[in-house]
Amino acid sequence: MSGAATRRVPSAVREPAWVRVLLIGVAVAFLGLLVVVPLVAVFREALSRGPAAWLDAVRDEETLSAIRLTLLTACVSVTANGVFGVTAAWLIARYDFVGKGVLSALIDLPFSVSPVLSGLIFVLLFGRQGLLGPWLSAHDVRIIFAVPGVVLATTFVTFPFVAKEVLPLMQSQGSQEEEAALTLGASGWQVFLGVTLPKVKWGLLYGVILCNARAMGEFGAVSVVSGHVRGLTNTVPLHVEILYNEYNFAGAFAVASLLSLLALVTLGVKKVAERRQGGRT
Amino acid sequence: MSVTVEHLTRRFPGGSHPAAEDVSFHAPAGAVTALLGPSGSGKTTVLRAIAGLEEADAGRVSICGEDCTRMPPQRRGVGFVFQGYALFEHLTVRGNVGFGLRVRGVSRKERDARVDELLELVQLQGYGERYPSQLSGGQRQRVAFARALATRPRVLLLDEPFAALDTRVRVELRAWLRELHEQTHVTTLLVTHDQEEALELAQQVVVMHEGRVRQVGTSLEVYDRPATPFVASFIGNANVLRGHVQGGRAALGGLTLDAPGGAPDGARVHAFVRPHEVRIARAVEEPSGAHAVISALTRVGDSVKLSLQLAGRDTLMVHMAHAELEALGLTQGERVAVGIRNARLFVEEHAG
Repeated sequence: MSGAATRRVPSAVREPAWVRVLLIGVAVAFLGLLVVVPLVAVFREALSRGPAAWLDAVRDEETLSAIRLTLLTACVSVTANGVFGVTAAWLIARYDFVGKGVLSALIDLPFSVSPVLSGLIFVLLFGRQGLLGPWLSAHDVRIIFAVPGVVLATTFVTFPFVAKEVLPLMQSQGSQEEEAALTLGASGWQVFLGVTLPKVKWGLLYGVILCNARAMGEFGAVSVVSGHVRGLTNTVPLHVEILYNEYNFAGAFAVASLLSLLALVTLGVKKVAERRQGGRT
Repeated sequence: MSVTVEHLTRRFPGGSHPAAEDVSFHAPAGAVTALLGPSGSGKTTVLRAIAGLEEADAGRVSICGEDCTRMPPQRRGVGFVFQGYALFEHLTVRGNVGFGLRVRGVSRKERDARVDELLELVQLQGYGERYPSQLSGGQRQRVAFARALATRPRVLLLDEPFAALDTRVRVELRAWLRELHEQTHVTTLLVTHDQEEALELAQQVVVMHEGRVRQVGTSLEVYDRPATPFVASFIGNANVLRGHVQGGRAALGGLTLDAPGGAPDGARVHAFVRPHEVRIARAVEEPSGAHAVISALTRVGDSVKLSLQLAGRDTLMVHMAHAELEALGLTQGERVAVGIRNARLFVEEHAG
């Protein structure tokens, strides 16, 4: 990937200088307006009352609780989607079975459905008036407006990330190495751990990073199922909204700056994973 | 350590013909047996069925007399070498060669000793710490051989092992494989579409076409006494002449040859004549025989390829030493007398 991007364009198809300058200028201005300026604004606003105020806002008990819930949610959904994503990709790439087309189409579904709708689906399923509501309340299980709902909604919204990264890799690599391992006496599990997983590890890492970023940042679906119970079912993005609605701008931006930092770290790790993956193929 | 395949049939879903149909042969212990055929002839399917990578729909595969038809590939004790190397890119050469020993739980010390032994066998000492991406194609394939041999397989299965390599490397590795086999004497099955490779390496050749076995024999047998017109045209270059039987002789575009025994008058025949089995002389010296005109003449190193236009429409390709042609003093456009030293004739089945 990176090799192709740095290749020089032959002079015959190169645009005249003024066209190039114009195009680059437009692209830079666009990026600056939509990405750089907001990002700078977030950090400026977050630190507008000094680092001490920022630290206070972050160390607020409700903020810490939101961070804990976000970490727990990300942890569960990334693990679940990592396992599911690799399994689904492996099934689709290696085997022919009835319903294979449906499965590969379903993997994309959360991307094409509005997150709000995703949240509503869970309310319709598990809510008090929902399909499974009576059974759940009879057994004293709370899903909607509780932590399980937040985790479920997040997992649903983020489940395509790993599968979508790993599947094309597995499909393009074929299965000859796995066959070689089989003839050498490796068991199915040894083949998976010793051959299949190493072959896709950078793609898997890339998918996990994207999945994690989205899990921590998800707003729409979580907003519907969370119920915004302070200190209990508020994730970091929801907490930012609450602080903002209470005109606590410094607090809102301080917490928002945490999410922005996460985005920057994700970007950095993603670049490394991309480079490693590009270098191997 | 022999391999026996009996009535093996394999159909792929969606395929109109079976990939392999009623395939039977015996690969003797310690020898190299080549499965030779054009692409799509089912030879790779048969090899994969022996390895257990492909299921047999019908028939039996036995290794050393033991029925392996339903045995998983891990337990068959075969070494498999793929056309595309199929090395583990994330492991070093040592890691690749030692993989089979590691998954079998062989101790590190024993493994290291065996890996060293194999790296020496494939002449790659000093390459152990490299990764496959740092090796040339020929070196990679030798690593694949070492990896397949490390677990002391009962049978070595080679699927077009040299097809992805340059001509020069291919010829080198072919000679190397001959030596390797002389050292190890592992029963080997070699799938190839390259008849030269098969004839040079194999003691026995199984010729396949359209999923079926057409002939089993030594390399000389399939070359000199092909059992079917397909084998005659596939093994070695051959001119094909068509004609019919007349009074016990086959008349082929101005040439006459002895007809195959028992062929009735009027039967249509095909004759396969190899380019070096045509004898030519100056027309003036043999005025009575069949004549032809040299329509093209190409010198390739110290041999010459001639194209002869016979009295009918047929063209004969002839190979001869350049010195021989010079002695005759022939050039393009001259008339020559043509004789056939040797030919294989087949009577067409639906004659008349």
